[in-house]
Amino acid sequence: MNESLTCDVVVVGAGMTGAACALYAAREGLDVIVVDRGHVAGGTTGAGEGNLLVSDKEPGPELELALLSARLWRELAGELGRETEYEQKGGVVVAETPEALAGLEAFAAGQRAAGVTALGVTADRLHDLEPRLAPGLAGAVHYPQDAQVMPALAAAHLLRASGARLRTGRTVTGVLRGPGGAVRGVRTERGDVHAPFVVNAAGPWGGEVAALAGVRLPVLPRRGYVLVTEPLPPRIRHKVYAADYVADVASDSADLQTSPVVEGTAAGPVLIGASRERVGFDRSVSLPALRALAAGATRLFPFLTRVRALRTYAGFRPYLPDHLPAIGADPGAPGLFHACGHEGAGIGLATGTGHVIAGLLTGREPLLDPAPFRPDRFEEAR
Amino acid sequence: MRTELVVVGAGPAGLAAALAADARGVHVTVLDAADGPGGQYFRQPAAELNARRPRALHHQWRTWERLRDGLAASGVRLLTGHHVWTVTAGSGTFTVHALLGPEEDQPATVHADAVLLATGGHEHVLPFPGWTLPGVVTAGGAQAMLKHGLVVPGRTAVVAGTGPLLLPVATGLAAAGTRVSALVESADPRRVARHARALAGKLPEGAGHAARLLRHRVRPLARHTVVRAHGEDRLTGVTVAALDAEGRVRRGTGRYLPCDTLAVGHGMLPQTDLAEGLGCRRDGPTVTVDDEQRTSVPGVWAAGETTGVGGASLALAEGHIAGRSAAARLRGAVPDPAGWAPAARTRESLRTGAAALDDAFAPPAHWTEQVADDTVVCRCEEVTAGAVRAAADDLGAGDVRTVKLLTRAGMGWCQGRMCATAVAGLAGCRPDAPRRPFARPVPLGVLARTPLDQPPQDHSPTGHSSTGHSSTGHSLTDRSSSGQEQPSSDRPSSEQPLSGRSSSDLPASDRSASDLPTPEQRTPGLSTPDLSTSDLPTPEQRTPGRPTSRRPTSGPPPTG
Repeated sequence: MNESLTCDVVVVGAGMTGAACALYAAREGLDVIVVDRGHVAGGTTGAGEGNLLVSDKEPGPELELALLSARLWRELAGELGRETEYEQKGGVVVAETPEALAGLEAFAAGQRAAGVTALGVTADRLHDLEPRLAPGLAGAVHYPQDAQVMPALAAAHLLRASGARLRTGRTVTGVLRGPGGAVRGVRTERGDVHAPFVVNAAGPWGGEVAALAGVRLPVLPRRGYVLVTEPLPPRIRHKVYAADYVADVASDSADLQTSPVVEGTAAGPVLIGASRERVGFDRSVSLPALRALAAGATRLFPFLTRVRALRTYAGFRPYLPDHLPAIGADPGAPGLFHACGHEGAGIGLATGTGHVIAGLLTGREPLLDPAPFRPDRFEEAR
Repeated sequence: MRTELVVVGAGPAGLAAALAADARGVHVTVLDAADGPGGQYFRQPAAELNARRPRALHHQWRTWERLRDGLAASGVRLLTGHHVWTVTAGSGTFTVHALLGPEEDQPATVHADAVLLATGGHEHVLPFPGWTLPGVVTAGGAQAMLKHGLVVPGRTAVVAGTGPLLLPVATGLAAAGTRVSALVESADPRRVARHARALAGKLPEGAGHAARLLRHRVRPLARHTVVRAHGEDRLTGVTVAALDAEGRVRRGTGRYLPCDTLAVGHGMLPQTDLAEGLGCRRDGPTVTVDDEQRTSVPGVWAAGETTGVGGASLALAEGHIAGRSAAARLRGAVPDPAGWAPAARTRESLRTGAAALDDAFAPPAHWTEQVADDTVVCRCEEVTAGAVRAAADDLGAGDVRTVKLLTRAGMGWCQGRMCATAVAGLAGCRPDAPRRPFARPVPLGVLARTPLDQPPQDHSPTGHSSTGHSSTGHSLTDRSSSGQEQPSSDRPSSEQPLSGRSSSDLPASDRSASDLPTPEQRTPGLSTPDLSTSDLPTPEQRTPGRPTSRRPTSGPPPTG
């Protein structure tokens, strides 16, 4: 069934970022079509935990985007109700040693100056906050702004709320170009979609979409596993992770890194992350990674030792060399906008990203300076 | 613990494979979740019941005796109560990770040079209003209760669904004293007849069941379906209705049948989780194997329902071939298929029969029309048909995975084993190949301590002498090896079976288990056990249906 379509903006990618771009673009009055070779939330979105975090970000452009996004998420949660399972549960970052605690507190001081609420928690108060934590921890920092959504539901409901036309199951095979190289839409295996603007929200596959337009975006997949336990009554109140997680996120190593990230969900199961390794798009199960996740989680929460993991899944974070997303127009292909490369923070940063993209599409003043996210910044580095 | 060949599953395929490899001098270790060998097909009464005539419930008692006695006389090490949750591969060795104990929380590992997956299948049931009521059980669950516990599920039963399992379940229940008021089969008998030739081997047994149905006054209702199960706290009856040629319920044909038990089943699906975890290629729901029953992963064989649902006799033939192939390959030799030609012929004809059965016994084409929006589809997560439909229609879910993400259908204890087919049908998409990295739920404390290091290289004693058993130096990854199968010197091979004649001389009916050291085999003509069957093995308790006590659900036992 081939069809030729016309709209104002075609968004490539029906994940969280594409959904947010579609929503905010539609709210600017643009006619939006979202295409995806798979299904809604079928890529990185469907494999994520749904973290909306400010706690793991150092002061700088990503934290600004996270704070903007957190505000927009709160607004959307108010509009969409319980559909996205939004919960501002707060994050607790724990330090196992006095040295780690000192580093964590210095990190938090910088975040406070940038507008983050970060509350120091002494060792003797830690179990008031999170009763089942292991004994003997040095202390923690509590971040009440951290929140969570169910990412696949969030993407599906934002897409529905956007009113955008959704065309899943069609692979983009080319980017249509007009006189002077201007983008004119995309070619799919099931017909062309004509539009003066194309938004690349293809996550870890964003580099492939860029290549179709003849431009370069160095997105690489960084694999992560999530362990999912049997459903439990609420026992873990916050998103709890160890202070070394922040260092792992910022690392450039291709090797396996794991730091325990543990949280309960509205549905009952506890989610355990986070591992990072650069192994391409390899989905095969890695017992060393799962073992390390289980070991880290049971160290933080000893009661989890007897809790069963029901399943595990791998996902691919879209990783750019400087750990910042690419958000903005690509000067190499007029009309092409990138909105990808958010690594493991894409659910949280999606709303801010979508809002900025919509502003750029309509010429409205964006709510934050998008310059640090310029997609062509990697060209200069050469 | 280390062995040469580890066989996962002690049903017909696994036992036939283990005995064939053992007969060729291979150290074999068999793991099974149950407390004894036999699988679902040869499930035995619990020992403490002191059953006097367990054979009354089995159609192939003599085959079972041969497997049982062969096992006892062999060097095969059988590890019962081992719930395998994953198998990993690493530099020429495989590690089987299992859980032991009543709580399935004690870890055990077995290292091996080769793996043979005989993990069987699991039953699936399509939902209908009322199917979650207590008193509704799966057909396989009812059979397991009969065979293992000798418990009769109820006083008045209806057996319903589709597939060759329903007949023996109906006659088994009736023979055990349950009044079976109807056998409700959705298939069209004419479709079954169309495949009469392919099914010829099955007809005598089918005729036997039919005669028993008559004797027990079980009313057969072909091209009928259960449209609703009734009851407040538990089942009190069902409404059945006739189907038209398109598979739609015919208006005005509904009738009420009082019963306290409904045994319902819609067929079997292969259990492929371990194979998937190892990266074995699959074709739809089944594991792909070559003529030697080798999977796409070197060193991994598969046999029985895992490679396609086809019944116990097919499983025996496949297991036999797999065991012989593995034995030869472990010695660095290329097996000679002529040695297993009779089993290969059996396999050929039974696979044809299985395909015919598959075609003949299908659920009603329009079964989803009977499923009201408030009918629970995924019992573990209590997801209704309406929620599945909404995910597909309103939220753009076009495949089972997306439906699962948006509704949680299939995310619970059974990991979609029971409901995935139904979810696909209701969402209007094709069932996808399941990905279940953990074949069973695994405690995080066990996972955290899972050994990753290489095993010691010695083989623990298993009754074999260790001479001539060195398995090092042979690459299982080299399929073009030009060596010939060398029968081990210290055990008779099937080329020189105990009977002193070639296995290819055996009567066709002896085909699949030709090297079992049985008395019958030594006396040609004495034994021609009926290896054809329509009594398909049904789900093992090895699927992660958790003990019901851990998750209070009503209705079918956690067999699938």
